[in-house]
Amino acid sequence: MVIRISRYSRVVVLAAMLLGAACAIAQTPPPNPALVGRPDTDEARMLAPIAPPPLPTPADKLPLNLLKAPKGFTVEVYMAGVPNAREMCVGERGTVFVGSRLIGKVHAIVNRDGKRQVKVIASGLHRPNGVACHDGTLYIAELSRITRIEKIEDNLDTPPPPTLVYDDLPKDEAHGWKFIAVGPDGKLYVPVGQPCNNCLPPPTHGQIRRMNLDGSAVEVVARGVRNTVGFDWNPVTKELYFTDNGRDWLSEDIPEDELNRLTKVGEHFGAPYCYQGNIADADFGWGHSCSEFTPPVALMGPHAAALGMRFYTGTMFPAEYHNAIFVARHGSWNRTKKFGGDIVVVKLKDDGSVRSVEPFITGFLKQDNTYAGRPVDVSFLKDGSMLISDDYNGAIYRVSYAGGRGAAQ
Amino acid sequence: MKRAVHGALLALLCAAGSLAAGREATPTLAVCLGCHGASGNSLLANVPSLGGQPSPYLVIQLYLFREKLRSSPVMYEATKALSDADLQQFADNLATLPAPAFPSAPPEDRARVERARTVAAKHRCGACHQPDFYGHDNIPRLAGQREDYLALSLRAYKSNLRPGYDASMAEVLAPVTDADIADLAYFLARLH
Repeated sequence: MVIRISRYSRVVVLAAMLLGAACAIAQTPPPNPALVGRPDTDEARMLAPIAPPPLPTPADKLPLNLLKAPKGFTVEVYMAGVPNAREMCVGERGTVFVGSRLIGKVHAIVNRDGKRQVKVIASGLHRPNGVACHDGTLYIAELSRITRIEKIEDNLDTPPPPTLVYDDLPKDEAHGWKFIAVGPDGKLYVPVGQPCNNCLPPPTHGQIRRMNLDGSAVEVVARGVRNTVGFDWNPVTKELYFTDNGRDWLSEDIPEDELNRLTKVGEHFGAPYCYQGNIADADFGWGHSCSEFTPPVALMGPHAAALGMRFYTGTMFPAEYHNAIFVARHGSWNRTKKFGGDIVVVKLKDDGSVRSVEPFITGFLKQDNTYAGRPVDVSFLKDGSMLISDDYNGAIYRVSYAGGRGAAQ
Repeated sequence: MKRAVHGALLALLCAAGSLAAGREATPTLAVCLGCHGASGNSLLANVPSLGGQPSPYLVIQLYLFREKLRSSPVMYEATKALSDADLQQFADNLATLPAPAFPSAPPEDRARVERARTVAAKHRCGACHQPDFYGHDNIPRLAGQREDYLALSLRAYKSNLRPGYDASMAEVLAPVTDADIADLAYFLARLH
C-alpha cells in the first residue's frame, strides 16, 4: 500500500484533534475501535491496521540484508517458517516456544542433533499471542483464557492438550490478545487491555493482574494501562517495567508510547485520562490532571507500537548492555510517515530511571515507507544471544556478538 | 431453503472434484471455477463470486479454510491437501479473474439503497473496503458480490460464527441490526 505524505500535516494534526474529539462524542455505539476518532480527511482515511499475511516468508526471501546492527553484532535467521510469530519463551533445554495472534497455533522450535525444526504444540486456539516458560511448564495466553502444558519439553512430539489455569477474563477482541510472563515473585502476570482505542473502560479492563500459577489469588497490580504487550522485571530492583501503547487518532506525533515502571501495587498509569505522562486526553482528560497518575519513565515514539521487552542479563553482549532493556517496536500504522519497526535498547541509571533510548537493530522499516518485517518480541538463548520474532514474515532472527573475540560460537 | 440445499450439494460435488485434482501436480483454477463461476461470477446460492478479489485476501481465506479457522467442510476438503505454495498460487491465479461484470440482481429499490448508504457511511465500511467497495490487499471487494453471500457473511461475522482473521468485522458489526445487514447486502450486490 502506498501512503502519501501530506505537506499540510500541521493542519491535519489540528483537524485530527478537533474532529477526533467531535467524532468520539457523536459516535454511539462505537464502530471498529481502530477507527474511533478518525478524522474524515483523505490522509487519515488511508490509515488502518496492517494485517500480516498468514503464510511465512521463505528463508531466502527474508529481509536479512536490510537489518543493521551495531559494530561487532551479527544478525542471522534462526528459523523461518514460524507463521505469525509473536511472543517467545525459551525452555530450560533450549526449545523456543512461539505464540501467534491470527492463526490459532503455538509453535516450538526444537533442536535435535544440531538441527532445528518447527513443530505445532497446540492448534485451534483463539488468538494465542502469549507464552511463558516456567519450571518446565509452558503457559499459553489466549484471548480470554490462560492454559498450560506441564513438562512440555518431555512431550514435544505428542504434547497433551493444554489444561485450564484461569479464564475469568473478558472476551473483547480489541486489545484482547495477551503477553504474559512469570515474575520473580513466582506469580503469573496477565494484562487486560482497554476494549477500544480510547474509552472509559469498565473496572475489569485497562490493567495488569497477577495470580498464583494455578490461577488463584488474583490481584490487580497496575491500572490505567491501555494496552501493554510486553513486560519484564528489573533484575536488580525486581520492579516491573512494561510498555504501553498510546491512543490512536489524537495526532500524527502524539501521544508517544510509554515505558512504565511499577513501584507499588495498584498504581494508575493514566489511560484514558492522561497519555505519555503530560497530555490530558482530548476526550477523557477534562477534570483531570496528569499529576494524578504515575508518569512513564521513557517515551517510546508516536504510534511506534512498543511491544515485547526484556532485560538483558546474559554475558555475550558487552557490559554496556548489562541490565539494559531491549524493546521490540512493531512499527506504527496510525501515522502517515511510519515510525518504529526496530529494536531499541533502553539503558538505565542505578536508581532505575532511564539514561537513554538508543537504536539497536534497525531496517525493518524501509525508505519507501513500507515494512520489510515487523518485530514483536525479544528473548534470549542461554548463550546470551538475542532472538527477535517477526509476525509479518513468520520468522525468528538471532543476534549475536563476536566483538574482538572472533566468531561468536 | 430448497435452493440453498441444492447449492450446498453442488458445492460439495465441486469440492470432491477439486480434492481429486488437488493431488495432481499443478493446481489449476478449473477446480475452483466449477462452483465459483468461470467468469468470476458465481451462479450458486451462498457461494461467493471471486472475480476482482485481491490475492492477499484470497490467500488468507484459503489458509483459514485449510487450518479450520474458517468453518466450511467443503472448502476444508478442497484445501486440506494443499501446501502453502499451492495456496499462494491459487490466490494469485484467482486474483486475475475479472470483477463481476454485471449485478445479478433486479432493479434498484432507491429507498433501500439510500438506507444502506447511510449505514455504510455511519460504520465507515469504505474506510477499509475503499469508497467504491473494490477492496485492496487483505480487504475483500464487496461491489457486485452475491447478495445472499454478503448477507450470510455479515451475519456470520456479527455472531462470531466466522471470527475473521483479525476480528475487525465482529467489532464493526456489533451495533449493526439484521435489517441493516439485509440493506447493505442489497446495496453492495448492485454496485459495479
